[in-house]
Amino acid sequence: MKFRDLAELAFRNLREALLRNSLTTMGVAVGVASLVAMLSLGVGLQEMASQRLSRSGLFNAIIVTPNANPGAFGRPRRPNAEAGAATTRHPLDQEARQNIQQLPNVIEVYPEIRFPTEIQYEGNPYPTIVAGVPPSARTDGAYDGMKGAFFSGPAADEAILQIEFARQLATQTDTLIGKEIVLRYAEREALPPASGRASSNSPAADSNADGFDAGSSGGFSVVPREEKLRIIGIVETQPATGYGGIGQGRVLIPLQVAEKLRAAQTNDFRAVLGATPGKPTYQALTVLVKEPSEVKDVEDAIRPMGFGTFSLFDATNSLRLVFAVFDLLLGIFGSLALVVASLGIINTLVMAILERRREIGVLKALGAADRDIRSLFFVEAGAMGLLGGVLGVTIGWLIGSAMNFGTNVYLRRQALPSIKVSSVPWWMVAVAIAFSVGVSLAAGIYPASRAAKLNPVEALRYE
Amino acid sequence: MPMTNGDLAIRAQKVTRHYQMGAALVRAVDDVTLEIPAGEFMALLGSSGSGKSTLLNLFAGLDRPSSGDIFAHGRNLAEMNSQALAEHRSHTIGIVFQAFNLLPRMTLEENVELPLRLAGVERADRASRVREAVERVRLGARLTHRPSELSGGEQQRAALARALVNRPTILLADEPTGNLDSATGDQIMLLLREINETLRMTIVMVTHEQPRAEKFAHRMIMMKDGKLVAEGAHA
Repeated sequence: MKFRDLAELAFRNLREALLRNSLTTMGVAVGVASLVAMLSLGVGLQEMASQRLSRSGLFNAIIVTPNANPGAFGRPRRPNAEAGAATTRHPLDQEARQNIQQLPNVIEVYPEIRFPTEIQYEGNPYPTIVAGVPPSARTDGAYDGMKGAFFSGPAADEAILQIEFARQLATQTDTLIGKEIVLRYAEREALPPASGRASSNSPAADSNADGFDAGSSGGFSVVPREEKLRIIGIVETQPATGYGGIGQGRVLIPLQVAEKLRAAQTNDFRAVLGATPGKPTYQALTVLVKEPSEVKDVEDAIRPMGFGTFSLFDATNSLRLVFAVFDLLLGIFGSLALVVASLGIINTLVMAILERRREIGVLKALGAADRDIRSLFFVEAGAMGLLGGVLGVTIGWLIGSAMNFGTNVYLRRQALPSIKVSSVPWWMVAVAIAFSVGVSLAAGIYPASRAAKLNPVEALRYE
Repeated sequence: MPMTNGDLAIRAQKVTRHYQMGAALVRAVDDVTLEIPAGEFMALLGSSGSGKSTLLNLFAGLDRPSSGDIFAHGRNLAEMNSQALAEHRSHTIGIVFQAFNLLPRMTLEENVELPLRLAGVERADRASRVREAVERVRLGARLTHRPSELSGGEQQRAALARALVNRPTILLADEPTGNLDSATGDQIMLLLREINETLRMTIVMVTHEQPRAEKFAHRMIMMKDGKLVAEGAHA
């Protein structure tokens, strides 16, 4: 018998016992809804965590430090470390930055610039930390929902304040946007070589953007400077600003502006004492790669250059594992209702065999093979599974939407931003319906086999 | 001169069908040897429990013999698997029952179309074949009626149309007039004879009504306790 004919006969049979089959299908729908609601919660939470972390730029970022072992950062180095070539001291300078920039899958390499400063606002001083922010940070989730706007350009004299710092300046933080602040900082100025120091009248004019001069002694003086900046935004979260800089930059300025300021940083003192005191070095570089999955390859390419690397790649894997186990457990609990529903399908089909015993005999007398009878019951079971699956996914999606709605009503009352705790992606729709049909077909195995094995002579005698 | 397999619609050779009922062994069909030529209208007569319906079920491939062989157009049913037997019932055999056995939720047209669905006949060919079968039993005006809306005679004619729609070569009829009054029964018998004569279709009819069998069948075979006990030619 052709499938279309089987399907027509099956749906005709299902319509015959409409109430019973509808209740059975509803049982399947409730099972699938429970599964979808559970899984959507797991997937929603996973998506929320992954999205926030990945958009923060932490998972596709590598922090490169001069040390081969970033854990030893700032501590004395052992002369014969086991890392071999990797422990050889290489300056993290402009040349290294360019070399790293040329590696495959690297989007951007930028230095970490973070320095202590004092902000003057309405005549009052406020000590804080300034951090340079690259243009690519615009797409970070950290700036979603910020008040005001992101920097208008890479060299704009603008500042974004972290909200805790903004509250120090004004109770109504919104009123700060558009106001001017004065940044007071220590600019480094390169000193001339010891022999010619007296003849140099303008050391700053000969130095490069980092305040170092190739012909200088490598030393520098510190000069107090001021820079006027306009507040253009206030951000609630604490954006990452490089290695060890998570949440430490309270005043954020464009990276290009930060570089131009030539503010003295801690690594400047180390550079003076280093092997090449005349060359500027960086405290750390942040390397952005295209995808988190490419982080490891890029790290493996950087380490042989003699630098230390640090990333949250392993943390990502652990997070995925935790959520996979979480989803699995939710799926198991959600499936229990579907297993119970499958018993309903078995019961319904066994009842159908008893009621349609004579009809099965007639079908066999008219030429139906055992396979046709088996297929007929399978299609009936599959149809209940399909309808129940579609209905269940819809109910599950509604439950998920209700969870989102309820959660966000609560969060709004707590003055917290909205989140999406439940998510029903297309793959889940497909998997849930396929699972429902699969379980229903499995439930139909016994009744279908029993119907197929009916003796036609006995079936025809059945009253 | 003995007939060849090609001339025979059905040949039963030492066929037995035994049932175990508790400790007792019931010999429903006992060592039956029988030849039914193609195109013959044969009546199987006997009282209740004589084994005639069991023998008919064996010819239909609905049941399997305990021993012996049954050939339909030369093909041994005893050697067929269940799939091949289903094809035998679908393509070679047409069956009508005493109780009509129409599916109550289907219209006459759908009931008659059912064997075509089971045989996998193309949808485009079905309507004409259904109409042909229904016209043959003169029920063309009742296509959309359900069995409950038809009289007993009409239901049996509908069952006859359903048996004919796959154009079988052998028609097996199990007490086709058993549920009908005398006049309606005669109409069905006339229809069977017409089918036998016009289509040259072999008909094996089980009945306990000897006068009717004498009037319409070419040959009568009497069964008792599972055995063939008498044979005679009529009509």
